[in-house]
Amino acid sequence: MAQATELTSAGAGQRAARRWNQRTIAPWLFLAPGLFMFTVYVLWPIVESVTLSFYDWNGLYNRDGEFTGTFVGLRNYAELMTDPAFETSLWNNLKWLVLYMAALPIGLFIAIFLNQTVTGIRLYKSLFFFPFVISQVVVGLIFAWFYAPNFGLFYLLTEAIAGQGTAILADPDLVTYGIIVAGLWPQIAYVMILYLTGLNNVAPDQIEAARLDGAKGWRMLWYVVLPQLRPATFIAVIVTVIGALRSFDLVSIMTTGGPFGSSRVLSYYMFEMALGEFGFRMGYGAAIAVVLFAIMMIFISGFIWKMWRDEKER
Amino acid sequence: MVHKKTGALALVAALMLSTSAFAQDKRVVTWNADYDPIPLAAAEALIADFEAANPEIDIQLTNFDHEAYKNAIRNFLTADPPDLANWYAANRMRPFVEAGLFADISDVWAENGLNDALASSVPSSTIDGKQYAIPYTYYQWGIYYNRDAYAAAGVELPGEGGVTWEQFLANCEKFKAAEIDCVTTGSSALWPVAGIFDYLSLRTNGYQFHSDLAAGKISWTSPEARAVFAEFAKLQPYVTANHAAIDWQDAAAIFVQDKAAHYVMGNFAVGVFKEGGMTNDNLGFMVFPEITPGIARAEEAPTDTIHLTSGAKNPDDAKKFLAYIASAEAQSKWNAAVGQLPTNKNAAVDPADPFLTAGFQALSTATGGIAQFWDRDADAEYAKAGMEGFQQFLVQPDQLEAILERLEQTRLRLYPQ
Repeated sequence: MAQATELTSAGAGQRAARRWNQRTIAPWLFLAPGLFMFTVYVLWPIVESVTLSFYDWNGLYNRDGEFTGTFVGLRNYAELMTDPAFETSLWNNLKWLVLYMAALPIGLFIAIFLNQTVTGIRLYKSLFFFPFVISQVVVGLIFAWFYAPNFGLFYLLTEAIAGQGTAILADPDLVTYGIIVAGLWPQIAYVMILYLTGLNNVAPDQIEAARLDGAKGWRMLWYVVLPQLRPATFIAVIVTVIGALRSFDLVSIMTTGGPFGSSRVLSYYMFEMALGEFGFRMGYGAAIAVVLFAIMMIFISGFIWKMWRDEKER
Repeated sequence: MVHKKTGALALVAALMLSTSAFAQDKRVVTWNADYDPIPLAAAEALIADFEAANPEIDIQLTNFDHEAYKNAIRNFLTADPPDLANWYAANRMRPFVEAGLFADISDVWAENGLNDALASSVPSSTIDGKQYAIPYTYYQWGIYYNRDAYAAAGVELPGEGGVTWEQFLANCEKFKAAEIDCVTTGSSALWPVAGIFDYLSLRTNGYQFHSDLAAGKISWTSPEARAVFAEFAKLQPYVTANHAAIDWQDAAAIFVQDKAAHYVMGNFAVGVFKEGGMTNDNLGFMVFPEITPGIARAEEAPTDTIHLTSGAKNPDDAKKFLAYIASAEAQSKWNAAVGQLPTNKNAAVDPADPFLTAGFQALSTATGGIAQFWDRDADAEYAKAGMEGFQQFLVQPDQLEAILERLEQTRLRLYPQ
């Protein structure tokens, strides 16, 4: 700084200006493609959805290509407040959020279990990772058959044990749990792989030192290993929360929201209202999407805030 | 850049020309449809006949996947309308009529005497006094029964005119004792339960009630509506358990395996039953039993239709083709190939098919009227709310009050009094 004030010739001023220009413009130039994509594919749809949620529109343009919707203000949101189906979806989303968290301890447990060197461990690891690789649609189908009344393995098992078979997907009280279990299967595999890579980075000298100090078992895990796994845990929480909130494919494949809407979640209800066979209420669907977005925003801002803080601490 | 574009355009145009080189001097009528293979072949046969009689017209059919069509039609009607489009009668076509996307074809009806020939379908093709659809096929609903299951449970087979409601329920008790589901259904897609509810409603209170209920004119807590649910409650214990988790085809498997005695279904299911190994010897059909004595019998027969779009480029020739589709000759041919019923009363029905003849008989003697189906007579959103209510009642009959309350709230919201 002091040097810069000493050099007051015109040439230096120009150079400084150019450097200033480079410093300010260059990042924007590099950001431009990303910003453009982000605006077109993220920001613009958000604005569009919010706008649409103030309209009552059946998705049709008339012959002249004019928009046929009518402005209804906040009426879609007012209707949401009294809509029992929306309430069910909200509760189900909450169940998903809470129960999906089970993927973390189970995933960690399996990761620790697999973090050893035995012959063929690679094979076991890939077998445990397998459910994450196959499509959610396939997972949904497998579990739908597993639960299927009359011939499903689960149904036959309960029949053999309790005398009467339980058809999870036909029972309005159990159906959501049934789908969450199906969702947990690949999610646990995902968390497991995150923790496995995390465990690779655990410093062996610290383990050694802790062992010398007499730590083992739970204390070793809790005070030595877990703190070192914090970055992995952070990512695992994020993907699990997001996975729970955007649960759509499994609901769609296994029950289509049924029986009588008891397994709906917000994302599926939004689809039903906006694009389902009996829906085409674009405005109402958009209102649900906005609410889901607001809920996600709570978590997303939390994560962003944490990342921001971590960056600053460095 | 510009050159390249025009070049590409010219290339595309040339390619298109070369495929339709033979049709160069012909007037083209475009038709978007959603046919499965058998109906598609039947439609192509009709087109061939029509083009033979009208060599100057070329009908170009574009076929869509059935499910994808439901979304596609919303786009192509505005973006790139064909001359003709397949859809469904009654309330299902209302959004397109109201958005001005389907054209008024009352003149086709008037000029070809269709008000008489298609008399049974006039109400479902009409909105505000104008016709917007050419109905060309429908199929009856009713009770299909499994004679082997009857034999296994030792129940006497229904006679020529079916059975009475009391007898039907008494038979159900016997089937239950023999561990056979009296009535099976698979309601994961909701609509199959609407068939059962519709029949109970038509038999308890008649056609007008069904129509008014679907139009939101009748309260769900009214004594008439409660009467329907009272009959529903009598049937409820005899319906396949866990029906909410299975598709109608899964239930068809239960029926075919003699584990169920009756199936309230549309005639399209006969093909599935026969694929499962049933024959005319052990598969029977009867109309749904009378419940309230003396009520004119109404039947359900969902109608498929073809529409002229408002954006049609060649409406005159399209109307000519519509008139042909409405004719007895074309309808006899198409429906014979597909195994459904023609809507034209002068058309012929294959006498060798017992289910078609029974259906034709049932529909032509239905003095009460022809209902479309709950999800076609009622507005989309109202239909869905209703079907969820029916399904819930079949699973949790003790929740009746809560169900009626919720349906009534939906009704008051959608149809402010």
